[in-house]
Amino acid sequence: MPEVIVVGASAGGVVALREFLKALPLYFRPPIVIVQHLPKGPRLDLELIYGRRLNSRYLEAEDKMRLREGDIVMAAPDYHLAFEKDGHLSLSQDAPVYFSRPSIDILFESAAIAFGSSVAAVLMSGASQDGANGLLCVHRAGGLTIVQDPHEAQNPTMPKSALALFQPDFVGTVCEIADFLVQRRDIRSRDFVAGAHP
Amino acid sequence: MKVMIEPTLRLEDENGPIERELLLRGIQLKYGYDFTHYAQNSMRRRIDAIMRELKLKSALDVLSLILHNRKLFDDVLPQLTIGVSEMFRDPAFFRAIRENVVPVLKTFPRVTIWCAGCSTGEEVFSLAILLHEEGLLDRATIFATDINPSALRAAREGIYPADEMKENTRNYLASGGRSVFNTYYTADYGFAKMDKSLLKNVVFSEHNLATDGVFAECQLILCRNVLIYFDPILQNRALDLFMGSIHPSGFLGLGSKESLKFTTHANDFDVVDERWKLYQRRRTHA
Repeated sequence: MPEVIVVGASAGGVVALREFLKALPLYFRPPIVIVQHLPKGPRLDLELIYGRRLNSRYLEAEDKMRLREGDIVMAAPDYHLAFEKDGHLSLSQDAPVYFSRPSIDILFESAAIAFGSSVAAVLMSGASQDGANGLLCVHRAGGLTIVQDPHEAQNPTMPKSALALFQPDFVGTVCEIADFLVQRRDIRSRDFVAGAHP
Repeated sequence: MKVMIEPTLRLEDENGPIERELLLRGIQLKYGYDFTHYAQNSMRRRIDAIMRELKLKSALDVLSLILHNRKLFDDVLPQLTIGVSEMFRDPAFFRAIRENVVPVLKTFPRVTIWCAGCSTGEEVFSLAILLHEEGLLDRATIFATDINPSALRAAREGIYPADEMKENTRNYLASGGRSVFNTYYTADYGFAKMDKSLLKNVVFSEHNLATDGVFAECQLILCRNVLIYFDPILQNRALDLFMGSIHPSGFLGLGSKESLKFTTHANDFDVVDERWKLYQRRRTHA
């Protein structure tokens, strides 16, 4: 069962994220951490942009924050966002990766190190190659890797560069991705009830 | 858990963390700089960058070189410490200082301010300009400290690329600046040299938040975007130090994404500005 969902999106990602979050049922509550490339600017009203979700709260990432069920954490513009090994979040202003800060690669890679097979990573629409290497890290660490169907993505470059690198566990529209995550969770939860989960 | 990670540029095996720890421990033993409680994710990327630059394959190789080469260590040190900075960064933070802190500072005959982790001095100049415009600079002492001697040298020089001044000017205006920003520097040959008189009450000094102690009682402590590079243990140590250095009604300013919420000192301060992370020491009624 994924303990944490990490999501990376860039150009065309806001629409995809909005649809994705809308498609997730309210009882689905693992924390979700999102890097969406945005220009530096005034603080955004996240509920307005991504849609209000009962039972969840939107947070802008702060250094050393710990995640709780139902949290939807957005990376802060101009700061990299990463997990430390004990699971708390850390921010930094180290050099941009693929011209991006926050970097999807950094979030994904750190999640792979911190959570291993308990993380699910989703890469969505974007016009850069950020996230592909990070997704591969998640894959190698045994986590679940998911890519938005390039045909659906407003900007297919980011999904395509991941698919050029390796075959992820699932490729689909954002609604299908939501379904897939929920099913995975259900399957693993049943395993857990039956005592099959380690 | 077995993790084989190929980050953007290299393959990490289970020895990676061990070698990094040995490198940091070696630096501590040899040169006295303690990076062992820096946040690991960022430190790892910094060490990776050093390895790439020196064309070395492991952190142990870096260690064996810099153990025997002080000059090389001096070159490497800034890469372990330097952060980005600009003047009047987060203009609204400086506006909050003008509105909430300056009126209190004006009630003191002498004002002591500590700019901790001042790096190359942008924040020090911003603060000095603000105090000058508020008529406080003459009765203020600003202790500007950093772990990195070459950053302090740059701060003392006060020379910055001229193309940074555009952004600085924008920030200055947004922060509530009351004059014209270009009166605070002279530009030539693509560089801008800050007015030296702004530094007349500034004391630059090497100081290490990981190992050094209290040296003054301050009405205002600024430490912005420094604690993000520390792990929780070192962060709390630095805050212990600030607690020991702060006047009973003094203020503490942190970076906008840093918070006292996740520290052992959450209850020692009142929030003055939640968004811009401006705090005032809580009065104790013992």
